[in-house]
Amino acid sequence: MPGKVRVQTVINGEQAEFLCEPRQSLLECLRDVVGLTGTKEGCNDGNCGACTVMLDDRVVTSCLVLGVEAEGARITTIEGIAKGNELHPLQRSFLENAALQCGICTPGFIVAAKALLDHEPNPTEDQIRLWLANNLCRCTGYDKIIHAVQQAAAVAREVAA
Amino acid sequence: MAIVFIPALLRSLTGGKASVQAEGTTVRQVVENLEHAWPGIRERLMEQDRLLPNISVAVDGEVSPMGLLETVGPASEVHFVTAIKGGV
Amino acid sequence: MSTQQYTIVGTRPIRHDGVDKVTGRAQYGADLQMAGTLYGHVLRSPHAHARIKRIDTSKAEKFPGVKAVVTAADFPETPERMVDLGEGDTPLSYARGNVLAGKKALYKGHAVAAVAAINAHVAEEAAGLIEVDYEVLPAVLTAPDAMQERASILHEDLKTNEFGEQTSRVSNVSQHFRHTMGDIAAGFAEADVVVEREFNTATVHQGYIEPHNATALWNNDGRILVWCSTQGAFVVRDVTACLLDVPVSRVKVTPMEIGGGFGGKIPVYIEPVAALLSKKTGKPVKIVMSRKDVFEGTGPTPGSYIKVKIGARKDGRITAAQAYLAYEAGAYPGAMVGPGAMCVFAAYDIANVMIDGFDVVVNKPSTAAYRAPGATNAAFAAETVVDEIAEKLGIDPIDFRLKNAAKEGTRRADGPKYRRIGCVEVLEAMKNHPHYKAPLGGPNRGRGVGIGFWFNIGLPSSCTISVNGDGTVNLVEGSTDIGGTRTSIAMQAAEVLGIPAENVRPTVVDTDSIGFTAVTGGSRTTFATGWAAYEAAQDVVRQMKERAAKLWETDAASVTLERGVFSAGDKSMTFAELAAKIDATGGPIVGRGAVNPKGAGGSFSGNIVDVEVDPETGKVTILRFTAVQDVGTAIHPSYVEGQMQGGSAQGIGWALNEEYYMSSDGTMMNSSLLDYRMPTALDLPMIDTVIVEVPNPGHPFGVRGVGEANIIPPPGAIANAIYHATGVRMQRLPMNPPAIMEAIWSQRD
Repeated sequence: MPGKVRVQTVINGEQAEFLCEPRQSLLECLRDVVGLTGTKEGCNDGNCGACTVMLDDRVVTSCLVLGVEAEGARITTIEGIAKGNELHPLQRSFLENAALQCGICTPGFIVAAKALLDHEPNPTEDQIRLWLANNLCRCTGYDKIIHAVQQAAAVAREVAA
Repeated sequence: MAIVFIPALLRSLTGGKASVQAEGTTVRQVVENLEHAWPGIRERLMEQDRLLPNISVAVDGEVSPMGLLETVGPASEVHFVTAIKGGV
Repeated sequence: MSTQQYTIVGTRPIRHDGVDKVTGRAQYGADLQMAGTLYGHVLRSPHAHARIKRIDTSKAEKFPGVKAVVTAADFPETPERMVDLGEGDTPLSYARGNVLAGKKALYKGHAVAAVAAINAHVAEEAAGLIEVDYEVLPAVLTAPDAMQERASILHEDLKTNEFGEQTSRVSNVSQHFRHTMGDIAAGFAEADVVVEREFNTATVHQGYIEPHNATALWNNDGRILVWCSTQGAFVVRDVTACLLDVPVSRVKVTPMEIGGGFGGKIPVYIEPVAALLSKKTGKPVKIVMSRKDVFEGTGPTPGSYIKVKIGARKDGRITAAQAYLAYEAGAYPGAMVGPGAMCVFAAYDIANVMIDGFDVVVNKPSTAAYRAPGATNAAFAAETVVDEIAEKLGIDPIDFRLKNAAKEGTRRADGPKYRRIGCVEVLEAMKNHPHYKAPLGGPNRGRGVGIGFWFNIGLPSSCTISVNGDGTVNLVEGSTDIGGTRTSIAMQAAEVLGIPAENVRPTVVDTDSIGFTAVTGGSRTTFATGWAAYEAAQDVVRQMKERAAKLWETDAASVTLERGVFSAGDKSMTFAELAAKIDATGGPIVGRGAVNPKGAGGSFSGNIVDVEVDPETGKVTILRFTAVQDVGTAIHPSYVEGQMQGGSAQGIGWALNEEYYMSSDGTMMNSSLLDYRMPTALDLPMIDTVIVEVPNPGHPFGVRGVGEANIIPPPGAIANAIYHATGVRMQRLPMNPPAIMEAIWSQRD
């Protein structure tokens, strides 16, 4: 059995440390080692986006990142999107727009959408669809998800203005 | 008397008739009465004390979960349909 | 929208489980973490058809970190018998066989053994050390092939059942039935135009994003505790108990939140396996399927071979319709060809009809339901033939359908007459929609329409409601919430009680804690469990009225409840005010409802779709999509719209890209989400929805199920649009770029 590696990282703004085998993905480490189960596994080969997290400034599918790659990095998961008791505008918007049905893809969508709005506050529908093309949803047909992102963007622009 | 619609593959037992009349206030009674008039039909619809597993009965257009116990009215329509298999 | 005046029904409250789902707190099955849990991995057959001569698990058992290995030999010794697992009778050996293969592996991916170890990686490695002696046999992969005289036989004990008559013919055809009405020959003779086409549709998967998962603990007191992703906790309980030969009271199933099902999470695959591993190890055992296992080891929907022949007079009236439906059941009998036969011509009033249905086993995974199972295949065939006839007669395709539309009193070939239905209303909504007259705006573009029907089911549901002193109520029910139903159910109770939906706190509970409740499926949950909640709420109201009567020293019959206010004479109290007094007037109030309702109302769904077809590549772009559906009454319109959009998206994927791409030896070559190509956000436009409400007279709020009918029309409507864009009639699914190019080229030749 391969020896375990100690990884020091920042998860959702907090210092974190965990032990993992080199073969364990970041997804596995987040869920099974650190206990943050909000990030989901849908395919384990980068094709569904359910495991989307931020690794530094990049949107990544954590199933294709090794746990050891988190060393020295800043990771944001769904658990880090709300500010304490306050939902992020995207989370509120998903609820108001009924942009989820079974909810399994929702964490991945929210992390990915937040990354979009963080660097493009006024995205077009096409830009939203392209950005979210790696997040599969089987329940909604995407319509209400796109509307939710558009509404959250509008709300954020209003607040900023 | 209830009107019983005969499934296509059973019409050889009813002289080719697509529908026949039968007395009965429950589906079970209707099947028993059908058997008197058209011997052999009962075993194509029932086994022991229940409908064959791949057959359901619809009374007045509604598939009945009660099967043989379902009430049949004086002018009801009774259909034997292929049971819905598997989860839907 | 709604003609009735409701206070809660028809509004759009935030769903009760919403906050947990947008923060990642909601607990899905794979999220469950219990001390001491071992991880299970299932070994699957690499062959599509093989006799299993011997399984040697010794090396796996010795692998460091492995705690137990199981095979079918670990099922208790139980004599063969027929078991009713809610799907009609099936031999126990078939039911067990799909969970852990017995004498034969019947498809690539068939579960053969399972390992429990300290982690999933060790379990997987160890499973690779299990040695299985296979005698490979020829495989059959399509219904026509399996129906051939000399086809390789899957089950030596399977004899064709011809409507109640067990023939002595051993074959791969498990069942053949026929529906007839009128005189088919006379009907065709009367027709001025007759079109006959044959169709092939590929196997497709429900594509839920969350793979199957289960944790089982065979406890020291003999109780088997299961936590899993399922559409029906009671199904898991009953099937697990049956396969393991224990009374149902020994099994307790807790349904976790579910990440999609669409019918594919009704069958039971890994729970009994996890239970057997737990029995051997004394620890909880968790199994989570990989995506590959989901494709290869669960139940996709049948591929099919279909022939449809329709005849019509010059005036546009259909005089005869005939269908031949041969559906692939996969490894075990039970293809949903019956529903396909019920739905194929269900939108039409036709006097002369003949439908033959065949349930055929093939060496592919044993099929499961997929959202209106069986109907989409059939509607693809029927709706394209209808389109062709309308064109030949020079009649607008919606007008043609209106001329022949099923109405209240129309009789279907499978027997029953329709009660109040909304087929005409849906067609008229399509005809009057601005989409239908909008210009197409470019070359290589075409517009198509299609319509579909699903009957929707009832089945049993239970519910209890208890009143809290602050005027809120707790609602307990047993329907897995796949798409917001805990809220649509809570809203129906709230409507009866006259309180806000937020004041009803719904919980979905385990099989020990609520009366029997059938699966979340069949478009039944808002209908039947909502009805149980309605009954439970009425029970609460009766009891509350008695308490008010006590307080006001009058009799209960004189107390009324109007919009949440109890009154008698000049006295009145709100629900909350009365709730504060229940302790003082006699103690807790618990209402109950248990239903097994008849009165399910069918739902019609129609599409208008515009496509653009690239003439060089065959790629189809959906430019505009409108989904129309009669839902009876929309309890929560946002989630009704969501069902319509979701089903449309699945129908689009089914139409254009999704398929099990099989090699000749029965291997699925594209068992990943990269190559099993489901629609992404980039593949779809906004999906416009039109909710038609023809209330179902059979339900207290007029509900018709909405979940399923919307997946039925897209493939037919898209095929019709492709025809109008390119001049080619597609006769296969999926209509992917190579298929379209081939059709275009062969038309040029």
